Amino acid sequence: MSLEKFLTESRTTVLKRWFDAVVDAYPPETTRLLKKEKNQFANPVGHNLSQGMEGIYDELAGGLAPEKVQPHLDQIIRIRAIQDFSPSQAVAFIFLLKKIFRDVLGDAHTDEGISPQELLALETQIDSLALLAFNIYMECREKLCEVRIAEIKNRSFRLLQRANLLAEIPEHESEFKKGSTPIT
Amino acid sequence: MAKVPKPSELLLDYALPKAEWMDTKPDFRPGTWCYPGKAKNLDVLQLPHAREWNPPDEDWKLPSNWKEIIFEGLRDCLDKYRSLRIFMDVCVRCGACADKCHFYIGSGDPKNMPVLRAELLRSIYRKEFTTAGKVLGKIAGARELTEDVVKEWFYYFFQCTECRRCSVFCPYGIDTAEITIIGRELLNLLGLNIDWVVGPAANCFMNGNHLGIQPHAFKDMIEFFVDEIEAVNGVRVEPTFNRKGAEILFITPSGDVFADPGTYTLMGYLMLFHEIGLDYTWSTYASEGGNFGLFTNHDTMKKLNAKMYAEAKRLGVKYIIGGECGHMWRVVNQYMDTMNGPADFLEVPVSPITGTVFENARSTKMIHIVEFTADLIKNGKLKLDPSRNDHHNVTYHDSCNPARGMGFFDEPRYVIQNVCNNFHDMPPNTIREQTFCCGSGSGLNTDEFMEMRMRGGLPRANAVRHVHDKYGVNMLSTICAIDRAVLTPLMDYWVPGVGVTGVHELVGNALVMEGETERTTDLRGEPLAGMEDIENEDV
Amino acid sequence: MGIKFSLLSVVALVLAVFLGVKAAGLTYFFGVVIPYIAIFTFIGGFTFRILKWARTPVPFSIPTTAGQQKSLPWIKHSKLDNPSTPAGVVGRMILEVLLFRSLFRNTKLEKYDGPKLAYQWEKWLWLFAILFHYSFLVIFVRHLRFFTEPVPGFVHALDSVDGMLQIGLPGLYISDLVFIAAVTFLFLRRVVIPQVRYISLPADYFPLFLLLALGLSGILMRYFTKVDILKVKELALGIVTFHPVIPEGIGVLFFIHLFLICTLFIYFPFSKLMHLGGVFLSPTRNMPNDSRIIRHINPWNYPVKTHTYEEYEDHFREKMIEAGLPVEKE
Repeated sequence: MSLEKFLTESRTTVLKRWFDAVVDAYPPETTRLLKKEKNQFANPVGHNLSQGMEGIYDELAGGLAPEKVQPHLDQIIRIRAIQDFSPSQAVAFIFLLKKIFRDVLGDAHTDEGISPQELLALETQIDSLALLAFNIYMECREKLCEVRIAEIKNRSFRLLQRANLLAEIPEHESEFKKGSTPIT
Repeated sequence: MAKVPKPSELLLDYALPKAEWMDTKPDFRPGTWCYPGKAKNLDVLQLPHAREWNPPDEDWKLPSNWKEIIFEGLRDCLDKYRSLRIFMDVCVRCGACADKCHFYIGSGDPKNMPVLRAELLRSIYRKEFTTAGKVLGKIAGARELTEDVVKEWFYYFFQCTECRRCSVFCPYGIDTAEITIIGRELLNLLGLNIDWVVGPAANCFMNGNHLGIQPHAFKDMIEFFVDEIEAVNGVRVEPTFNRKGAEILFITPSGDVFADPGTYTLMGYLMLFHEIGLDYTWSTYASEGGNFGLFTNHDTMKKLNAKMYAEAKRLGVKYIIGGECGHMWRVVNQYMDTMNGPADFLEVPVSPITGTVFENARSTKMIHIVEFTADLIKNGKLKLDPSRNDHHNVTYHDSCNPARGMGFFDEPRYVIQNVCNNFHDMPPNTIREQTFCCGSGSGLNTDEFMEMRMRGGLPRANAVRHVHDKYGVNMLSTICAIDRAVLTPLMDYWVPGVGVTGVHELVGNALVMEGETERTTDLRGEPLAGMEDIENEDV
Repeated sequence: MGIKFSLLSVVALVLAVFLGVKAAGLTYFFGVVIPYIAIFTFIGGFTFRILKWARTPVPFSIPTTAGQQKSLPWIKHSKLDNPSTPAGVVGRMILEVLLFRSLFRNTKLEKYDGPKLAYQWEKWLWLFAILFHYSFLVIFVRHLRFFTEPVPGFVHALDSVDGMLQIGLPGLYISDLVFIAAVTFLFLRRVVIPQVRYISLPADYFPLFLLLALGLSGILMRYFTKVDILKVKELALGIVTFHPVIPEGIGVLFFIHLFLICTLFIYFPFSKLMHLGGVFLSPTRNMPNDSRIIRHINPWNYPVKTHTYEEYEDHFREKMIEAGLPVEKE
């Protein structure tokens, strides 16, 4: 069996196990909400997790182009970056895939399992995913600091602007304003 | 720094140990709590037990008789508020409210379920004030008041934005905002508040507004916007300040004067009033519409709110128009007249332009600017060019307080739809009375709380993203100053590419003014649709 | 812990009356004394609780507005979800009390992701809450035939509607089935849904077990052991006419049933079951949103220290004059 075929056939199984493993990290009362509530507005966390995971999986099966997988990773990591997780926990969900793949392969009880080389290649791809995830995690945390700073500036920007005018450096005004106002 | 986790914990040890809720303590992690109220600010507001303390510390330096203070305070509240007494007694823990809280949805922390937030207080009430609780203890859902309980209260009552969404779904109308308000009232008896609440409240008390802007600076700022408006369309508006004999006093949150993007909304007010020739005045004494007293205790709310009527009386105006603000309107609609009325020195508001009598404000004598503008538009008194907002694709966020503390839904939508060509509402279970909070209301809009704010704002942002993806929405409009300030970072984090605006900024853009030059930009100085090239040539 | 404790409590109650009647022969105690205690505790406790609530002031007008306010005449006012008049409030309360309007809000039909229709527990909660409360009401009214002579027509009418399935002898009541099913559901969801289990207290399980035991003992009596209804009526009439008698030959099952309902009556005023009274007094539901039209009075309103304009001007006078702002005192 080729890796491609394996990935297509085990999509549902792997995704389900992956989702369950990730969601089980939350307190049990919350797990239920995340798993059962299907309305995307009542359950944004669960919705984005499952959507993002599907996207990541399909990219993985389709050869993993970083720019394509990025938005799906972002969908998940943006949430985990502001929840009660350490940085390692926030990106660890990627590594869960390795274990799940091995388990699923183990369950298959078939001689025509995929070759060790193919498995290694798959795991290398998962490693790349994790590295990408780390980038995104850092971006999100930096964004968080950035919006904090921008907010403080916005809050009293007009006063600063006024002060700047009084100090007669108006040319900088518009530059400063663009930099601190995150509205485009 | 956090302890170094074991390798196994990193990957596999996901499921959290599960203790009963009474036995778990909050973890004061940075980003989940706000800085404590400074002693000097508490002193200004005459709040007791002002001191320096810090939430992550073991010792909160509570007064020695803190337990008596709490019990005495709780008894007092139980005698004063029927709401509290009923909400303490009748909850059946059906769980209908559980998944309605934006903080619970975004954080997954079970104690953010409204029912549990209330149980934090209820468990103490049972132990001290009910026979069953005294005799049966934990079996009756009662527990001892300890310092840990007080810390838990502080943690969770400052993780509630008093948005009232849960109250809409509760079969008995139990309102967590009411529980949180009284919970905070009790915490204040021990000198426990956050600086982002008492700081602005103290400033507002002494100087008239949250930032503590002095009168001359306040005037200066507004005159600055007069120049800005002139730069956009060549019209020079002429606001007046503290002017006796004006027909109308206008009060808006000071955020509109100092904080972007609220400032553009302020320009909208100035332009509108100028165009219709309204006889109105600003006040530097009552230069704050917001009322952080609502987030402190009832007395402070009353103290701050008193300025509105006092100033209206001193200036001899006929009535008051209030700007776009969320919690200000909760206070004006549900507390002001009761606390500081009757306003028998004012007159029932009548629009000088249309002659419409605002019967719905017959007693408070204070109307919402959006009601006022909607009436102008309905009567055809404004010349509008909605195409000037064509570079915006707009949606509308119902701010919690005007939504569930007033029922202000159709007026803003009517105005927006008359000044914009592109408008798309978010999905039904995220707007109107079911609107999701910005996650930063009730004085939690401070930057050290950013992580928690991003969690709490996720449900709102998620709905915005839906219309952003589906209809290309790029502008989120709202009628609340806190919203304008906090939705900006929220959008920046969750849905980049969506800006935030007040409704009257959109009005200002669309308003065709007498004697104006052709506009090439909107109030922000950004090119209008179809004017992008002209703008570039200018530069 | 909560479940076990509550279950054991109900078992203990049943055992107590079983031993009391069978071994100690305390039929008068369980058939007359306890019912009187129960009735007076219920009436007294209920009244006390309501009065205590009603005597506590409502300082502010704080309705939760769930619809468009009364505004300009051309804006459609949501009269029931955001009432501005007492009549509107009555309408809102009727919807709330009789149809559980707020609980029903959750059931709005919504589009779901994917082809699968996930079950939505909120809808079930509303449905079973309605079924439970109405079947309980029907059963309660049906029981009036034991306390009245002659039995009023509406009780007969209800009886025949309730028994219209005409299965078995004596005929099966629909309300009995519904009641047991609803209580079972309300119990199961507390156990099965983790977030509800997390918030549940013994005080949530106990009434459910009590009601379940009450229902089951009633069903056993009616359909299986077939209690002597005439004798039961003799006892019941004796109680309400204040001439208590204990007819011979009423089985112990009846005393269990009677004791459980007495327990419920005694427990009622001290528990969350008082939501029956509380729902009428909830300020977020029973007040019109008219606080801008009519001034709501706070009975304990007291003056507070404000920062007056004079103090403000004293502080800033020079700066105000310099900025050209008008002042009271030059």
